[in-house]
Amino acid sequence: MFREVYGQAVATLIRVFGDIGLAEDAVQDAFVVASERWRSEGIPSNPAGWIVTTARNRAIDDFRRSVRGRELHGQLGAVESRSDDPDHSWEDDGPVGDDQLRLIFTCCHPALRTEHQVALTLRLLGGLTVDEVARSFLVSESAMTKRLVRAKYKIKAARIPYRIPSDTDLPARLRSVLSVVYLIYNTGVDDTDRTSLRSDAIRLARSLVELMPDEPEAAGLVALLLLNESRMPARTAGGALVLLGDQDRAKWDRPMIEEGHDIVRAFIRRDHPGPYQLQAAIQAVHCDADTFEATDWFQILTLYDHLFEVMPTAVVALNRAIAVAEVEGPNAALTAIDAVAADLDSYHLMHAARGTMLRRLGDSEAAKTAFERAAHLAAAEVDRRFLAEQIEEFSHNA
Amino acid sequence: MSQYLLSTYAVEGRARAPMEPEEMQTFMERVHALEAEMKASGTFVFTGRLHDPDTATVVRSNEGDLVMTDGPFVESKEHIAGFYIINADDLDAALVWAGKVVDAINHPIEVTPFFDMPGS
Repeated sequence: MFREVYGQAVATLIRVFGDIGLAEDAVQDAFVVASERWRSEGIPSNPAGWIVTTARNRAIDDFRRSVRGRELHGQLGAVESRSDDPDHSWEDDGPVGDDQLRLIFTCCHPALRTEHQVALTLRLLGGLTVDEVARSFLVSESAMTKRLVRAKYKIKAARIPYRIPSDTDLPARLRSVLSVVYLIYNTGVDDTDRTSLRSDAIRLARSLVELMPDEPEAAGLVALLLLNESRMPARTAGGALVLLGDQDRAKWDRPMIEEGHDIVRAFIRRDHPGPYQLQAAIQAVHCDADTFEATDWFQILTLYDHLFEVMPTAVVALNRAIAVAEVEGPNAALTAIDAVAADLDSYHLMHAARGTMLRRLGDSEAAKTAFERAAHLAAAEVDRRFLAEQIEEFSHNA
Repeated sequence: MSQYLLSTYAVEGRARAPMEPEEMQTFMERVHALEAEMKASGTFVFTGRLHDPDTATVVRSNEGDLVMTDGPFVESKEHIAGFYIINADDLDAALVWAGKVVDAINHPIEVTPFFDMPGS
């Protein structure tokens, strides 16, 4: 609960104070008060509202005491009045949801570099502590503090607005927000030490749907994450990756799949497909099959064709090629992979896919070379172990 | 209201081919139209185009004596070739104008915020 309340309270206080640093400090202080008061008096009905009011009151007191505060006082009309009863005054602080939505667009503004977008999103919206964010990115707490300070300095100095973008900018800006959340999720997939990022990403994606119920792509992202997450228990064995075809489907999380399927069905009815919805639909087809052989590959290929229309990237072409192998055979798949091989030369999954097709075509030598190249490029431990197993098998079969 | 510097950089040894007279004509028309739009909306503050950095002179104080040296101050392959200073409410508004400048001059633009001056 702490993380949700933190995210809501800090968003509202950034609007009230017009300053991220002040808002963070005030929320921090209010949580110290809360930790005592809530233990003796119980958790209030609106914890975020309680934190906002308490933080606001304390900030006003601080302002009045400090010289800087007296200087700032004139600028901060919003903090004029102090309210003494935090249990009943939070209503004055406006709709919390809109504040979080504004903050998301500030944190994911394209004028900020991606690593800063991700760090700000996890800290301010996800409510992770600086240390938790630092550990998620394998950097020291002081390095992460510096990164966050720089990002917040740019927001303030360049006056990145705290506002929901205009209708014309919204589609592009929403893509930037969704990709930050997806990146957070995938960071948790690639590294087994950082699995909590996956639940953080799902929580953030769910809140995006709550904040933007009319954006089918936000729902698409939730469905995509849930359907990917549902298979995580079967995705690794003994620290190595297990391919979809070899996974124990009984380990898949059924309630998650059902929720994912419900969302996919809802946006198929709405018929405004976008990249996340289409990727979710592809995963929905996978999750629908009781066995690998029973997978509706033709439908998956059709969905990849649609996806490539809206997102014509080399990675989509590669994933499509893997579906081609199941519909038209490994020869056609290899041709499709070779068409993007130059673009994806540094991507381990391209070489792994090539190796798989070459192996199916009986060219062991070329297949082994491809797997070796993949193993050399793979960063994640589970991928490297899986690839090492593949290479190992060639020497057994030779 | 805040101010932003929209600057365009030239890269040494990568001068653009000189424009044909006709090309120059349409280029100037685009720039004039843009500046008229900036002025009409209260956005425009100042604009300028700079000579090559070889023409710069550095002035510094050496224990009270002013010393001049042939510039530039920073030896660099890239240097500011021209700029606009504009008024804008926030970065998003400044970025809209930067986009218009990019369209007009067909060259990348760097957007840098000015400090807010007290009393301005």
